[in-house]
Amino acid sequence: MVAVLGANGSGKSTLVRALLGLLPLSSGRLALFGEPVQRFSHWPRIGYVPQRGGASTGVPATVREVVATGRLARTGLRPMRAADRTAITRAMDAVGLAHLAKTSVATLSGGQQQRVLIARALTCEPDLLVLDEPTAGVDAANQQALATSLGALVGHGATVLLVTHELGPMLPLITRAVTLADGRVLHDGPPPDSDHLHLHDHDHAHPVHDEVPSARGSAWGLR
Amino acid sequence: MSALTFDFMQRALLAALLVGLTAPAVGIFLVQRRLALMGDGIGHVALTGVALGFLLGTAPVLTAVIAATIGAVVIELVRQQGRTGGDVALALLFYGGIAGGVLLIGLAPGGSNANLLSYLFGSLTAVSPADVVLICLLSGALLLTLTVVGRQMFAVCHDEEYARVAGLPVRFLNLLLAVMAAVTVTVAMRVVGLLLVSALMVVPVATAQQLVRGFRATVVVALASGVLASLSGVLGSYYLDTAPGALIVVLALGGFAVATLLGTLVRRARRTTDIAAPVGVALLPQEAPP
Repeated sequence: MVAVLGANGSGKSTLVRALLGLLPLSSGRLALFGEPVQRFSHWPRIGYVPQRGGASTGVPATVREVVATGRLARTGLRPMRAADRTAITRAMDAVGLAHLAKTSVATLSGGQQQRVLIARALTCEPDLLVLDEPTAGVDAANQQALATSLGALVGHGATVLLVTHELGPMLPLITRAVTLADGRVLHDGPPPDSDHLHLHDHDHAHPVHDEVPSARGSAWGLR
Repeated sequence: MSALTFDFMQRALLAALLVGLTAPAVGIFLVQRRLALMGDGIGHVALTGVALGFLLGTAPVLTAVIAATIGAVVIELVRQQGRTGGDVALALLFYGGIAGGVLLIGLAPGGSNANLLSYLFGSLTAVSPADVVLICLLSGALLLTLTVVGRQMFAVCHDEEYARVAGLPVRFLNLLLAVMAAVTVTVAMRVVGLLLVSALMVVPVATAQQLVRGFRATVVVALASGVLASLSGVLGSYYLDTAPGALIVVLALGGFAVATLLGTLVRRARRTTDIAAPVGVALLPQEAPP
């Protein structure tokens, strides 16, 4: 599990967006799973959870409909099979949203919408999960639940790339930390010591109180 | 119903049925990505195509498809560049399309703005047998395409960046949607008219949104209300002797008003039952212990 750390505007999101081929590189080369990005075609191996929580658009969509779009990376044009539907259900279970499957995404809280996006990324059963600020606006209990879930995912052999400005409960999971400042790498190696991080661990308010995913839901349910 | 015995009414009703299906089916994706007025812009450009058809002596529907497609692709490319405001690009096309149409029809031999009127607001008698064949083919192609790529289209319109990371052909799907919007406008042109076609792409979707919560449910309700409005509009305009496009849109707007009222009542009823339910969850401590 790799963490990309840094203050607001330090280039964390820009870095991961470039890593995913969403932004052009100003110089250098980018390879995904050993393949140049231009020729890369194994997109189902990557799950991406974008930063903005706004999972709603001009037309309402249910939680299940949004989560199901994550499966398209695997199905392509063929219709959904039973295995695909199971994967979608399991991903919603993993983030504790199964009971909200038929709810319109627009009516959910910010933290719940964030979890919809996480479930969407999980449906394609990725080997690499990229999360851009998944804990922003999420209360401490749900941060802990997310940390537990990510730990389980890593335990199943996946790699997690986490962008955040504060590690919180993720800290014990981090094996490598890259700290950015003004678009440059300040530190790359083992995670910074926890005393330093604890200082501003409770600096910010936790405005959203979501219900906590159940313990059963905490396992990502991935193969 | 004596109206149904006329050949032209049968053709108009068949065309209305297809338009009522295709316009909201394509329109829902435009609404989803907040491009509700794109159909309007394309309609204006198609007017230049219609006038060009008169000028060249070819079928106006054919030149309208070509002009509308070019216009739609230009709008989409400008949107993808994202540098200049998409709304300004749309505005340029709106005015260019109308001005071009009126100018070209003036140059056409024996042409006058009266020729354009039936294209602007639709006409019952305008749907020729050849038009019906073309409308059937085009809307068949549209509905078939949507059943194949509908889920992909939903993903792209919902979150373009995510769709790219999922490996979907985002650029192609965006252009495909633009072309489909252009074809829809041309299909609907004879019945609803170019100035009102966009309404049939947007209003049924807005109506559905008042009543249902999911995307799939929105599609079903939007198509149903689109077909209802276009069929009853065509029938009604026969008896009232009005332009069908105007009546279709007025009926669609009426449907929207009714749906809004219904939706408000349903939501209010739900809220009352919610309040009656126990609220213990909200009384839990705001922050769990670390």
